[in-house]
Amino acid sequence: MDYLLTEEQIMIRDLARQIAKEKIRPVAAQYDVEGTFPWDIVKVLSDSDLFGIYIEEKYGGTGGGSMDLVIATEELSKACGGISLALAATALGTYPIILFGSDEQKQKYLPDIAKGKKLAAFALTEAGAGSDAAAVATTAAKKGDHYVLNGTKQWITNGGEAEVYTVVASVDRSKGARGAATFIVEKGTEGFEFGKKEDKMGIRASATRELVFTDCKIPKENLLGKEGMGFIVAMKTFDQSRPGVASQALGIAQGALDLTVGYVKERRQFGKSISSFQGVQFMLADMATEIEAARALIYACARMIDAGVKKVSKDSAIAKVFASDMAMKVTTDCVQLFGGYGYMRDYPIEKYMRDAKITQIYEGTNQIQRGIIANALLKEKAA
Amino acid sequence: MSIKIINEKCTGCKLCIKACPFAAIEWVKKKAVIDLDKCTLCGACIEPCKFDAIVLTKISPSDIDFPKKLEEHKDIWVFCEQKNSVIQSISYELLGKGRELADILGVDLCGVLLGENMKQEAQKIIHRGANRVYHVDSPKLKHYQSEPYSKTLVKLIKEYRPEIVLCGATFIGRSMISRVAIGIHAGLTADCTGLDIDKENRLLLQTRPAFGGNIMATIICPNHRPQMATVRHKVMKEAEINNHHRGKIIEVSYEGDTYYSRTKLLDIVEEIEETVNLTEADIIVSGGRGLQKPENFKLIEGLAKVLGGAVGSSRAAVDAGWKSYSHQVGQTGKTVCPKIYIACGISGQIQHLVGMQSSNIIVAINKDPHAPIFNVATYGIVADLFEVLPELTKKFKEVLKK
Amino acid sequence: MNIIVCIKQVPDTTDVRIDPETNTLIRSGVASIINPFDMYAIEEAIRLKEKFGGRVTVLTMGPPQAEEALREAVSLGADEVILVSDRAFAGSDTWATSYTLSRSIHKIGDYDLVICGKQAIDGDTAQVGPGISSHLDIPQITYVKKIEEVNLGPENKHMRAERMTEEGYEIIESPMPCLITVVKEINEPRLPSLKGKMRAKKAEIKKWEAKDLDLDPDLIGLNGSPTKVVKIFTPPPRKKGQILEGDAAEISQKLVGLLKNEVI
Repeated sequence: MDYLLTEEQIMIRDLARQIAKEKIRPVAAQYDVEGTFPWDIVKVLSDSDLFGIYIEEKYGGTGGGSMDLVIATEELSKACGGISLALAATALGTYPIILFGSDEQKQKYLPDIAKGKKLAAFALTEAGAGSDAAAVATTAAKKGDHYVLNGTKQWITNGGEAEVYTVVASVDRSKGARGAATFIVEKGTEGFEFGKKEDKMGIRASATRELVFTDCKIPKENLLGKEGMGFIVAMKTFDQSRPGVASQALGIAQGALDLTVGYVKERRQFGKSISSFQGVQFMLADMATEIEAARALIYACARMIDAGVKKVSKDSAIAKVFASDMAMKVTTDCVQLFGGYGYMRDYPIEKYMRDAKITQIYEGTNQIQRGIIANALLKEKAA
Repeated sequence: MSIKIINEKCTGCKLCIKACPFAAIEWVKKKAVIDLDKCTLCGACIEPCKFDAIVLTKISPSDIDFPKKLEEHKDIWVFCEQKNSVIQSISYELLGKGRELADILGVDLCGVLLGENMKQEAQKIIHRGANRVYHVDSPKLKHYQSEPYSKTLVKLIKEYRPEIVLCGATFIGRSMISRVAIGIHAGLTADCTGLDIDKENRLLLQTRPAFGGNIMATIICPNHRPQMATVRHKVMKEAEINNHHRGKIIEVSYEGDTYYSRTKLLDIVEEIEETVNLTEADIIVSGGRGLQKPENFKLIEGLAKVLGGAVGSSRAAVDAGWKSYSHQVGQTGKTVCPKIYIACGISGQIQHLVGMQSSNIIVAINKDPHAPIFNVATYGIVADLFEVLPELTKKFKEVLKK
Repeated sequence: MNIIVCIKQVPDTTDVRIDPETNTLIRSGVASIINPFDMYAIEEAIRLKEKFGGRVTVLTMGPPQAEEALREAVSLGADEVILVSDRAFAGSDTWATSYTLSRSIHKIGDYDLVICGKQAIDGDTAQVGPGISSHLDIPQITYVKKIEEVNLGPENKHMRAERMTEEGYEIIESPMPCLITVVKEINEPRLPSLKGKMRAKKAEIKKWEAKDLDLDPDLIGLNGSPTKVVKIFTPPPRKKGQILEGDAAEISQKLVGLLKNEVI
């Protein structure tokens, strides 16, 4: 399908595709096994200017938006859904600054992020506050010119590797969701340490870690927006970033299908290529159809965001749910078409299935997303 | 030289389009049309056309007005490469072919030797069939340097006027010979795999692979002398040694700045290879991505050692850092032509094949029966290399009593 | 430090497969790329520029569509690109090609270093680099795998490089200007950047025809080429091989039997 991308978007697509093919694909399996952070690829991505594609030109980016990020994430995820997160999770950590940062805050942080000199991460989830984001237990107590952070964030993507963290903490626990605020915390701040690195099922090339704050003093200039806006910052950030997760799922599915089409054409059984069997063909056709449907949804949603449409929660939730469920189904079917080989770690396909799973879980589980969709639906009806 | 399509004869069958290595033929209004910007006049489309619809007008040897001056050139020369004052085996291979060509033309075969104190070695050239050796002796020629070597050769050629000059397509040969050809405005054909003589026209017919060995081209040099060609190592058979063969050693020396080099050779570093030099080896055992881990190269090394061969590698294994670049066989690595090439866990991408497909015997060991390497293999083994290699090494050990 | 890089556009063989039936290349839809060895040349030039300043000029001789290769060079960081293109150059062999390129370099004028890839993957001759240095009468270092030092002092401008040989390498010092040809080992070429690609889109490509260069018309194109192609043919296909069957021990036994005479 021709999505009538702009010239610039085609350049981004081609460049990301080349990086995926030449730089990521050869090392994806190794990073998956070792579970180390792909700094060499981050270097490639930053040299290629991809870290700046969604950041305004005056802050060192190339002035694109959600659509550009979606295109890049999709292409990179075709080769490895874990490595692509170095970029996608940085965008997630950067969105609060883009959406709610003051000009000073933007001047201070965005240029380095756009250049890929610094990675970013977004920290909301805690042991007791996952889907229930309002139950944040990390506290930020205001003391003079400072806030003092205490608490532990869990499963933070890019944790430990990123330099810039946007952290949601409660300034007043009695107010629940309305008592939250978002802060920029730099790596190396006293009282800010990293917990254990998680050993994950998939996206193993991405770093997932705990952030531990112990009387961590941060200047009050690092507050994003106002006190009490923490939950709104988080929700608006997710509205923006959901097409990103969706495009990660899309890339994983497309990458798996590409490999599978190659395989079924080569694999011979009963004296002929298994691609000549209608049962196989139907599976391929269904997968291609669902992938394309997801792509259309994601692109439409990203373009809405770039056009400045304010109410995107429902639509971005729809894109995220559809794409991630699709990716799980497609990758499972791809493993099926590889047969016994598909189950073996020697073959690259099972990794796609493991990588796909997380997209149904993080940045709001698909159950939460369905809640958002249903809520919006019912509200629309009520109005 | 020109090319055209006779529209009346063209049936629009598209066979020429498939045959064109440069994608220079398009299908316009059901006829073939040649894009002259892309066409290199290579002629690859002529033979596939079943309707003689493509006409390539080219200079055929008989059309050539044979200038008198060319006849002043006589004899076949072989540039005899030496390293550390030892003549390299490529030189003997060239002398073998050179003798054949000289006999057809009824001229002398001469060696050219540049170095220091190499009188003894010069005699070896005679024993390999040369009638004369032009020997230029100077401490400044002890080691190869582009400028003194090419300047000296240019002077020799201008003075003694050979009609053919052969040189190895080695690091030295390739660096030097082009400078010589430019200096005397001679034609030069690189990497010939076949050399023959058109006796009537006294032309050297130089056949070389192009486009990764999938096309062969025969090249002549009608109006310039000498006719110069480089030949890859191991393509020609070495001349036999005949200690009774007699010939003359002609000492030549030049004055002035002939031996002067603007570049300075500061050091020669020989890297100690675990086995022998790839391009010299008669047997090469090569490993690829199928080895899975760098440690597994020891299986390759084990077999190579037993066979007295060298260790090669596919690009994939080099790029993964399992083996150093000096081992890489293929398009961006070395081109080899051993008697036996054993490819283990190498799928046989075109880039690899072009570097080794002229090997005499190719053995391929790969798990995947559809791996393209089997298309060129003399002996194919569809099996797990981790099972076959140790077994093979053991069996060869027994047979060779090592 | 002003550097000139000579590149060639060649057919991409990466995705080319061999047709097992006819044993010929399947070439349909083969794209054109910058000769892989020339990518190392461009990369080295850009690294030297980043270190010492100056300009990188990328030069190619070829048909009009070679412009694409030059745009790619811009996206990688070339400052200026020149396409030398004229029907009069058609049919050039390595002699005429190196002559034409050397005249183009002469026209560019101010340079400290010329870099070429060690050879092009379509012709494999490795003759044009040394040919250019000979025409320009400048020193050369072929098969460079590492540049150890560059000295740009006002007197005695020179460089020191490692030149690959069959047995290892040599360390060679050359005054500048000089020409080097480079091998794969010298660096790992970067990918283009997005900003570079945007620049490439708009970049101005200088185009020089035969009349723009100070050339002897007898030395260019087909006329200036001492060598002529008289015949093109496909090589006889390799004889169909034999698949050895059995378990590892049986196969090994068979193969040892088949190769014994060759090995001893």
